[in-house]
Amino acid sequence: MPSRRRALLSLAILIGLALLSVLVALAAGSLSVSAADILSALSGNKGGLAVEVIGGLRLPRALAAFACGGLLALAGVLMQVLLRNPLADPYVLGISGGAAVGALAAMLAGLTLALMNLAAFAGALAAMLMVFGLAHGDASWTRSRLLLTGVIVAAGCGAIVALILSIAPEEDLHGMLFWLMGDLGYATSPWPALMVLALGLVVTLPFARELNLLSRGDTLAQALGVSVKHVKLGIYVLASLLTAVAVTTAGSIGFIGLVVPHLVRLAMIRLGWGNDQRLLLPASALFGGSLLVLADTLARTVIAPQQLPVGVLTALLGVPVFLFLLGRQPSEHQ
Amino acid sequence: MNTPLLEATQLEVHIGGHRICRDLDWRVGTGESWAILGRNGAGKSTLLATLAGLRPQQGGRLSVAGLALPHASLGAGARAMARVRGYLSQHQFDPFASTVMETVLVGRHPHLGRWDWESAEDRRIAEAALNELGLDGFAEREVQTLSGGERQRLAVAQLLAQQPQLFLLDEPLTHLDLSHQVAVMELFGRRAAAGAAIVAVLHDPGFAARYCRQALLLFGNDEWLAGPAADIITAENLTRLYGHPLRELSADGQRWFVPC
Repeated sequence: MPSRRRALLSLAILIGLALLSVLVALAAGSLSVSAADILSALSGNKGGLAVEVIGGLRLPRALAAFACGGLLALAGVLMQVLLRNPLADPYVLGISGGAAVGALAAMLAGLTLALMNLAAFAGALAAMLMVFGLAHGDASWTRSRLLLTGVIVAAGCGAIVALILSIAPEEDLHGMLFWLMGDLGYATSPWPALMVLALGLVVTLPFARELNLLSRGDTLAQALGVSVKHVKLGIYVLASLLTAVAVTTAGSIGFIGLVVPHLVRLAMIRLGWGNDQRLLLPASALFGGSLLVLADTLARTVIAPQQLPVGVLTALLGVPVFLFLLGRQPSEHQ
Repeated sequence: MNTPLLEATQLEVHIGGHRICRDLDWRVGTGESWAILGRNGAGKSTLLATLAGLRPQQGGRLSVAGLALPHASLGAGARAMARVRGYLSQHQFDPFASTVMETVLVGRHPHLGRWDWESAEDRRIAEAALNELGLDGFAEREVQTLSGGERQRLAVAQLLAQQPQLFLLDEPLTHLDLSHQVAVMELFGRRAAAGAAIVAVLHDPGFAARYCRQALLLFGNDEWLAGPAADIITAENLTRLYGHPLRELSADGQRWFVPC
């Protein structure tokens, strides 16, 4: 595990990276802007077109991207601890499926963007409650049961999504597909997501050592003084809420929630710091946020004026990077 | 007489609709070292987990250091309980990469405040525990690269770092070679001599007779026998316990039991 000083130093570096990524997002785009424009927009001045574009469009979108990336990465770490499985991601328990059903149904009904977001959130919560209720069953709340219930609910949602897509009118299809692949063009205000991200960190950090123990097994954690039942319930509800907010803000962006915690873990193992959630939680949130800001900037600039759904880009770029890093990792048995 | 570390009164424990014991009256005081013997499925591990407060009993009263279980081991009391009783599980899980030092330091959790990080003192305790198990020089090793026996010794080291007064050990000798079996039993013997209490589920009655002063035999049909090892661990009782004839051999003051 890292010493407290080294952990804080790592976080300071990651905060620098986050600020840098937001600056890049503010500067990049079809309208070129100067450093003075950025400063002026950040200090809240009203000015010319450039200042309007930065303050009114790029900044909220960059902040929304940061919040979503952070939420997904944080939820990913929590799900991996809860299911004690490094393969778990925020969507594994069917939350994105529920959100997709809500959002697409709202699109099909021709509702406004705000109502669509509301429907997505309601869908995510419904999926979460359904998985929780069904998996809880006779109060024995095993991991495999939770996982299976989540996978089955996700499959059911997938079928409904396919049904909606097949009956949707042609002109709605494009928007629906973008939503499904994850797109920050749907983000209206970044503040709810940022506030939930901050809340998530404030709530989880005091319990980080408990999560370390939980990742080594329920029995060990209970024997060493963790109130396993309460902590697990807390993780489940919190991870679900974080995911629901992220999905509501930007659609189901894949890859971040699964891979960012792994990249951070790989780096920590390289440094001999092991798997310490006290650093992993905030570091994943910061790194996931920065990564999504950069990916979204790329998505809206690479073939401008056309935009790509950012979820496609995160996967296209992330998969080879991750495979490369994994391949360089020394084998466990050497 | 001071409060016993562990006290069971009219204890009744079930698992999966099967009753393991009934009306178990049993006290474990400081300095005592108990072996729990019984055949497979007699409920030794289930009883031990119940004594640790990890599962509720079905009847009777149970207390550790005067605190009533299972209530005292749940919720907010779990940490205080973990400073008094340690539990060595039969299985260790390492789904995520971690170093040996990190794994030992996990044992310090109940002694640390919510915002504390492990101090130099905690590291010293962890290193002493590693040394005691012959794992010096392993601190930076990746846990997933350890052998079965090394992993088991690491689990024991983690338990020592926890510094409980009551040690509940579920098959502490699993995966260990003979020399380490002896070393681990002697190590716990020293802890008992220093005022701790040991309760260990064991499979070898010879080891139990040699290293434990008391024994609890679980027959798996509500029947139990508890008392000084010298009186309880006999060829006759063991023959009945395991359902297979055993003979006692002795040499140099040691007793060994072999299947006929």
